[in-house]
Amino acid sequence: MTQQVVNGVFLGSIYALFALGYTLVFGVLDMLNLAHQAVFMLCAFVALSLVAGLHLHILLAFPVAVVVAGLLGLLIERIAFRPLRRRANSNISGLISSLALATLFESIALGVWGPEVSRFPFGTIPSRQLRIGGAVVQELQLVIICVSILMMVALTVLLRKTPLGRQIRAVAESGLSARVLGVHVDRVVAASFFISSALGGAAGVLFGLAFNSISPDVGRSVELKGLAVIIVGGMGSMPGAVAAGFALGLLEVFTVARFGSSYRDAVSFAALFLVLIARPRGIFGKAQGRVA
Amino acid sequence: MLLELERVSRSFGGVHAVDRCSFAVRQGDIHGLIGPNGAGKTTLLNLVSGLIQPTGGSIVLAGRRIDRLPPHRIAALGVARTYQNIRLFPDLSAISNVIAGEHLRRRDTVLESLLLLPSARREQETARERARALLARVGLLERAEERAANLSYGEQRRVEIARALAADPAVLLLDEPTAGMNPAEVSAVGRLIAEVASQGHTVLLVEHNVKLVMSICRTITVLDFGEVIAEGPPAAIATSPAVIAAYLGAKP
Amino acid sequence: MAGGEPRPTETGSTPVDHRYDASLSVNLQDLRDFFLTYQSVIGFAGINGLLALSVYATLSCGQLSLANAGFMAIGAYASALLTVHASLPFAVVLLAGTVAPALLAVPLGLPVLRLRGVFLAIATIGFGEVVRLGFVNWEYTNGALGLVGIPQRAGLGSILAALAVTLFLFLRLRGTRTGCALEAIREDEAAARTMGIDSTAHKLAMLTLGAAVAGLAGALEAHFTFMVSPGGYTFGRAVDMLVFAVVGGTAHPLGPLVGAAFLTALPEILRAAGSSIGIPPGPLRLFLNGAILLAVILFLPEGIASLWRRYGRRRVREGHAA
Repeated sequence: MTQQVVNGVFLGSIYALFALGYTLVFGVLDMLNLAHQAVFMLCAFVALSLVAGLHLHILLAFPVAVVVAGLLGLLIERIAFRPLRRRANSNISGLISSLALATLFESIALGVWGPEVSRFPFGTIPSRQLRIGGAVVQELQLVIICVSILMMVALTVLLRKTPLGRQIRAVAESGLSARVLGVHVDRVVAASFFISSALGGAAGVLFGLAFNSISPDVGRSVELKGLAVIIVGGMGSMPGAVAAGFALGLLEVFTVARFGSSYRDAVSFAALFLVLIARPRGIFGKAQGRVA
Repeated sequence: MLLELERVSRSFGGVHAVDRCSFAVRQGDIHGLIGPNGAGKTTLLNLVSGLIQPTGGSIVLAGRRIDRLPPHRIAALGVARTYQNIRLFPDLSAISNVIAGEHLRRRDTVLESLLLLPSARREQETARERARALLARVGLLERAEERAANLSYGEQRRVEIARALAADPAVLLLDEPTAGMNPAEVSAVGRLIAEVASQGHTVLLVEHNVKLVMSICRTITVLDFGEVIAEGPPAAIATSPAVIAAYLGAKP
Repeated sequence: MAGGEPRPTETGSTPVDHRYDASLSVNLQDLRDFFLTYQSVIGFAGINGLLALSVYATLSCGQLSLANAGFMAIGAYASALLTVHASLPFAVVLLAGTVAPALLAVPLGLPVLRLRGVFLAIATIGFGEVVRLGFVNWEYTNGALGLVGIPQRAGLGSILAALAVTLFLFLRLRGTRTGCALEAIREDEAAARTMGIDSTAHKLAMLTLGAAVAGLAGALEAHFTFMVSPGGYTFGRAVDMLVFAVVGGTAHPLGPLVGAAFLTALPEILRAAGSSIGIPPGPLRLFLNGAILLAVILFLPEGIASLWRRYGRRRVREGHAA
């Protein structure tokens, strides 16, 4: 039982980290970045190449890859979102343009790394195991949990205590008012994308390490989980993304243990739909779901 | 009384945009709604048309409670409106905008069109003719095919009025219809509103142009900080100390 | 292709050499050869045209649905199963393939369409994945391997007929009360609602119509290519359809057809180009999909078809001036 809890928390921490990226951009720009999952996937590959190709230690490759992910986020904002901000029906245009970028990124990954599963070279990942209260816990799992939580704490500190964080929260509250108050909205949006993609990329590297199986379609499989998390937690809510991320991770692990692995994805979908039917704003979201 | 608001309230977060407003609009009246910026006038129109729900109180139209109904049901009961920020359909032509406004009056079905029945063509032609008549009424017939986004500010406002009239509504909610217009346009709109009212429509007019409101409205309600501070015929409002204080900021 | 010297006929006389006869610009033999060679491409262009129209259905009222690969799969499997196990007439099988996904569109759409558009996008991404995974895990349909050996009951005739009927439906929708309502919803849903338009009902109707058309396309494809498998109904397929519709243009029902025809022909050209450049065709096609979609949505949001409209309007204006 403790084993399952640990597995659930470990998986959930990755989901939460990934979902935070979605929710940050949604909170600031009121738009869903459908290229987020492609950044997740590309960043894992980048880390892999740094380790396998340039022989960097994973402890160095990780931050480098995360920064690369952040830069990808800037690119996404500049290409897919900024030009559309002035348009009238920008809600589905933004979805389509980020979807197009995601397709582009996937094709690049396919071209560069091929469709087969890639793995980290032997020795990259620590394989020690520990015993905690009757459960066998991988050292890797603990490391991932710690890194995830550290990044979440760092994000919270950034948003609460720094000037940039205050500006981000101001723009999330009301872009127009923020602009009137002198905030450089464009810069804040760009910064938000950088942070969001960095989080998504970090989640990707951690995921790659956790399962040691990276392929161009790995983003697709985690995308639905991430979307389920932000719907359940409430789109635009960070505490919601964290809580729902861990909850989904635990739920998934327990469902697989009870019913078998073919139901793994059914969990997220079911949770997604239940929330949409019963309480579309999610657990922590503000009531802005309806159209009129 | 056609439209009655009874202690209607609406808050956003901690802000009371509308605070226990009560007033009634008589059938056939041109009823003015004025007040300083941020007084809650547009919020009231949004509440009546159903875009948002009140957090307290009730709104009754012709004896029927409408404050919990979705906007399209309220519209079907005879309410049409224009918007402070102009919400024409930008990529559609002026006439297409007005035709869209006729939705509640049209009777043609998809089936008729699929079966290539002549009634489909006839209905569409009728709708088009009605739209042309409305555009002529607001003086924009020659701009009928122009893309709405390409029209001037004043022209867009007039198309919006035509679009609202297209539904032949019992109640017409106008949100600052003369904003940004020159004096000639303002009087033209004023005449149009008076004409519309004389034909049996009831008008609730939100306006900043106090002169216009004083000249065509029979009753005026004054709002400040979300509350009704005065109500009555123009003469009474013009001399009301509460109103003067609200606009000038001085204590009565 | 006609070529070589004109050969003497059995009666001994030499037939007239039509190659240089300008009045007979198309040789019937040429036409037949062209048709046979490109039959499958035309067939797929027709199916893709249907798929593009299925996405157009929801785009025309401003909604993004990414579920149509899932609806297509349901139509494909339902019709294939009926053909293989029940030997029903083709028309009945097609009808089943059209109705089955339409029925599922209703419970999918009802909870979501009263909410903002992004919720529909998310729910439809989820739906598509769940349908695909459902078929992958369903032993009755051979899971990931799918069904093979479906008799070829669909040919160019049925595909083009289905396309014509569907196009007719969308064309007749324009200008009707419903058609005008859909345009209004697309432009400004909240304002449309205050004009008496029940936007949720309209959106649901279009989602259902799109599902039916996608299902029909799936059923036709299953009986055109002899097989169905979950791999043919991935999210990438849903993106394909979206690209057809957006690239062609969503202001008029012909737009998606233009996009589908153009982009169906493109891979044929690419297959040759890719192998000479040395880039594997799979990633190249995906890259072009993304690049074209991005370019269109940024620079030509009304699609290729709008170029014709713009050019046409300028010509009319010049004509009036002259």
